[in-house]
Amino acid sequence: MLDVESIRKDFPMLMEKREKPLVYFDNAATTLKPYCVLDAIKEYYCNYTANAHRGDYDLSYKVDTEYEKARNICANFIGAKKNEVVFTSGTTESANLVAFSYGLDFINEGDEIVLTEQEHASNTLPWFKIAKMKKAVIKFIPLENNKVTIENVKKTITNKTKILAICHASNTLGYVNDIKNITKEAHKVGAVVLVDAAQSVTFMKVDVKELDCDFLYFSGHKLCGPTGIGVLYGKQELLEKMTPFYEGGGMNIIYDKSMNVTYKSSPTKFEAGTPKIEAALGLTAAITYLEKIGLDDIHKYEIELKKYALKKLKELDNVEIYNEDSDSNLLIFNIKGVFPQDSASYFNKYGICVRGGNHCAKLVVGHYVPLNLRCSFSFYNTKEEIDYFVSIAKGGSDFLDAYF
Amino acid sequence: MIFLTPIFDDPMMVRQVILDHYQYPRNKELTHNCDYCSKRMNSDSCIDDITVEMLLVNGKIEDIRFDGVACAISTASTSIMTELLKGKTKQEADVIINEYLKMINEEEYDEELLGEAGAFKNTGKQANRIKCATIGWLGAKEILEEKE
Repeated sequence: MLDVESIRKDFPMLMEKREKPLVYFDNAATTLKPYCVLDAIKEYYCNYTANAHRGDYDLSYKVDTEYEKARNICANFIGAKKNEVVFTSGTTESANLVAFSYGLDFINEGDEIVLTEQEHASNTLPWFKIAKMKKAVIKFIPLENNKVTIENVKKTITNKTKILAICHASNTLGYVNDIKNITKEAHKVGAVVLVDAAQSVTFMKVDVKELDCDFLYFSGHKLCGPTGIGVLYGKQELLEKMTPFYEGGGMNIIYDKSMNVTYKSSPTKFEAGTPKIEAALGLTAAITYLEKIGLDDIHKYEIELKKYALKKLKELDNVEIYNEDSDSNLLIFNIKGVFPQDSASYFNKYGICVRGGNHCAKLVVGHYVPLNLRCSFSFYNTKEEIDYFVSIAKGGSDFLDAYF
Repeated sequence: MIFLTPIFDDPMMVRQVILDHYQYPRNKELTHNCDYCSKRMNSDSCIDDITVEMLLVNGKIEDIRFDGVACAISTASTSIMTELLKGKTKQEADVIINEYLKMINEEEYDEELLGEAGAFKNTGKQANRIKCATIGWLGAKEILEEKE
């Protein structure tokens, strides 16, 4: 059981005195940050500022140690080995790194890149570009009742399929894909499997060895960490055979005027330039904080909040919900007859933050579900907040109120 | 001395005007006629997606229309705009658009020129709706500027 009252005290955003209440239900977009994350960043800047992997003095050594410790903690978080974790700026950069490093080298004319219709733009557009550059073919796994089924995976992949990029949990529909079995099928045809875990890591245990996927990525800021940091996991043998996406300092051993370059080994060869030191330390503080509270309890509570909100919203006759059976911590819905941007503004008047729109999943929204409102819950939210939100939703048909 | 209260100080009037233009938008159908100038206005920060079409003949707006998927504020403000600008010369339209934008930015403006568009005069107090209340207007402004 979580002590939510005491957890809320860890978050400055929730402690701030405000004119109107703050009910933050846009956790799938980004999460609030606890003091310990801010403290970790502050400590780096106040007590041991130095570059990593650069100097022979005590401070630099301390930064090296802390930065590599951060990598270790992120690796443990997803069941990976330390050297299989590359720090990136987030999910988007991770996806682009794989596309432009692995994709440019190993995709050839006529090869198939398979995506699902659930994907976020960040797991779709890098592959569009690679497909255009390499004359490869993009294919989509169609959804069945808004879900990815193993049958449709089997129907879509062929022995020409080189890449299967898929989200672990959809950021819009909230369904969790059966990555373990999908990966098994993809490996049968020799495809490499990339998993966007940006949403799933926030509400469920993710273990890369159990999933057996080849790449997996997530962002720190959706896990109570800072923006500008994320993780790319890759199987060691794949990372080793890939060429770097960025070139620069810190990632090479030696080079000469004839353009001969020897790179360091993975993951360092992917981290050109000064690393995202403060953000990596902040993310580590966040993961340590979440693990201390207990990931299982957090996940259980988030799903419980979603179920509670679903039950309460279903009691209203002016609300339509599009993913009642979602597996995750999010719901998408509309106030009947109200454009989502108008209802989001209406909720805003009462201090409730929900996202209106297409959530960057433009092959789902407008095709499988209409433009909608999304509320996504985190472990610092409460049932009282949901009660308040539902009481406001009840009057949502009078949305223009927010305009006066 | 008699002071006339502007009608849009009454929230009920504001509501009636906005809802009327939202539920029954005027000139909301595109012609796709190539004599018209057209501008699609959409952006990543909001989901409004509005196209404005304008037929300019000898410096006069003979016709102006719009269509798209958009919220109540952007639909109603664009609908009102089409009624205001239809039949105006380019110069007259420039003035009206500028007065409207001044009103949205909470500057001094001439309310006589704006008619029902005055319903949006409190938009500046809700920064997140400024974009909605101006998207169609900026589309018309861009078309007029391109025609210069």
